[in-house]
Amino acid sequence: MRSRRSRSSPPRYSGFGLIRRGLTGTSWPPAWRRYEPRRRYDVVVIGGGVHGLATAYYLAAQHGLTNVAVLERGYLGGGASGRNTAIIRSNYLTPEGVRFYDRSVRLYESLAAELNFNAMFSQRGHLTLAHSDSALRIMRWRAEVNRLQGVDSSVIGRAEIASLVPSLDVTDHPRFPILGGLWHPPGGIIRHDAVVWGYARAADALGVHLHQDTEVVGIDVSGGRVRGVRTNRGQIAAPAVVTCTAGWASTVCDLAGIELPITTFPLQAAVTEPVRPFLDTVVVSGTLHVYVSQSDRGELVFGAAVDPVPSYSTRGSLEFTENVAAHVLELMPALAQVRILRQWAGLCDMTPDFSPIIGPTPVEGFYVDVGWGTYGFKAGPVAGEAMAALVATGKTPELIEPFDLARFTDGRLVGERGAAAVGH
Amino acid sequence: MITLVCPHCGPRDATEFAYIGERTARPDPNDTTPQEWRGYLYLRSNPAGWADELWLHRAGCGRYLAVRRHRTTGAVDEVRDVGAGGEP
Repeated sequence: MRSRRSRSSPPRYSGFGLIRRGLTGTSWPPAWRRYEPRRRYDVVVIGGGVHGLATAYYLAAQHGLTNVAVLERGYLGGGASGRNTAIIRSNYLTPEGVRFYDRSVRLYESLAAELNFNAMFSQRGHLTLAHSDSALRIMRWRAEVNRLQGVDSSVIGRAEIASLVPSLDVTDHPRFPILGGLWHPPGGIIRHDAVVWGYARAADALGVHLHQDTEVVGIDVSGGRVRGVRTNRGQIAAPAVVTCTAGWASTVCDLAGIELPITTFPLQAAVTEPVRPFLDTVVVSGTLHVYVSQSDRGELVFGAAVDPVPSYSTRGSLEFTENVAAHVLELMPALAQVRILRQWAGLCDMTPDFSPIIGPTPVEGFYVDVGWGTYGFKAGPVAGEAMAALVATGKTPELIEPFDLARFTDGRLVGERGAAAVGH
Repeated sequence: MITLVCPHCGPRDATEFAYIGERTARPDPNDTTPQEWRGYLYLRSNPAGWADELWLHRAGCGRYLAVRRHRTTGAVDEVRDVGAGGEP
């Protein structure tokens, strides 16, 4: 669909514009433009998901670097950014993690206004259920760590859970009765495609080039420095290259000769047919490996843990559907007649400590923003902001210092598993 | 769904097995640098193609098996016994 498009940047969205276009029947111009790749950019970002687009946007918006290209092999938001369950939260376990994701929640709160794009962030609260004494103990620990970092989290009992989510079975009958929960009011869900499109549109308006259908097939490194990338649309020189490629991170880094401690696992999700609104929090159960939220369209969105076997396949499996249905019904027996409409998988780049790898690499000018595992979407804005600052200034922001690649050789792991095992 | 042909039990659904990890040679702890040891602990080849893996037939014969599996298509072209301990 290569069409002739205006070279001027897209108009700002407004209520007035909506009425005017509705009355006059004028069509909306494309939200971002198409270009032939330049031979040289100041920064090349590999990966057109939320991380890549946020990096490009903040490079332009906060650092004035506009000679920037985002290279996406498929279409914008077609990878993990469009395949997650759109949950946002900051109730992590390690102080490093909590600080980091709290900044991301704050950026998400002001995102729609900043990008002039309705991202529909719904801070409806995030409830993680405890079905065992040990889970409750970790929750108390998490709540304390959260509160010390200024993040709203508390452990609540059965009665309060029953009033927050009346559809939950809080009796003693289930195999794993609900004992308590971690209640995190700032958490919620967001329209994930809109986040991607909002960043893309805003970056485009600032002059960033977004190249879809553009696959990186080689990365040129000489003298320990990155020189550029080779793509299916020709060679592009760049003194700085950032990779934000989620599940494909290690195959892309292989091109630059960088080995990563990453294994790729699919994470499956599913949605049901739309039903009337009845669930206005995000409900998570680590023991049952499931999380449930209701979208603004009424669909119930289900997610689970990553598949037990590494793979690059994004197909769903019957095994997943059976398990997720069984687990949801244990929590909410009233859903027995609701039908699942569709399922899919996204690729997660899992690291040994469940924390990301973000920062410089042994190849000068080549930066990684990878290893997000099951919570990359939550971190998109803050990772983009931090990465833009790193690329533009050469100094690693304090917020991402703990997450550098060197921690695996220096033995400084950031163990986030306690908050990551299905605590999405 | 992946089917693995166990040399002891025959074709079985992959849910009977546990994926252990990529098959990598363990360096001699008496003769290795911390760098090499951390590489053994953490670095994985993670190909989007054929991979050499170690699986355990947990709900079957309980043996460790060497499996060669394609990580995009799910195809399996070899399952063989690696003997006690599961060393490559």
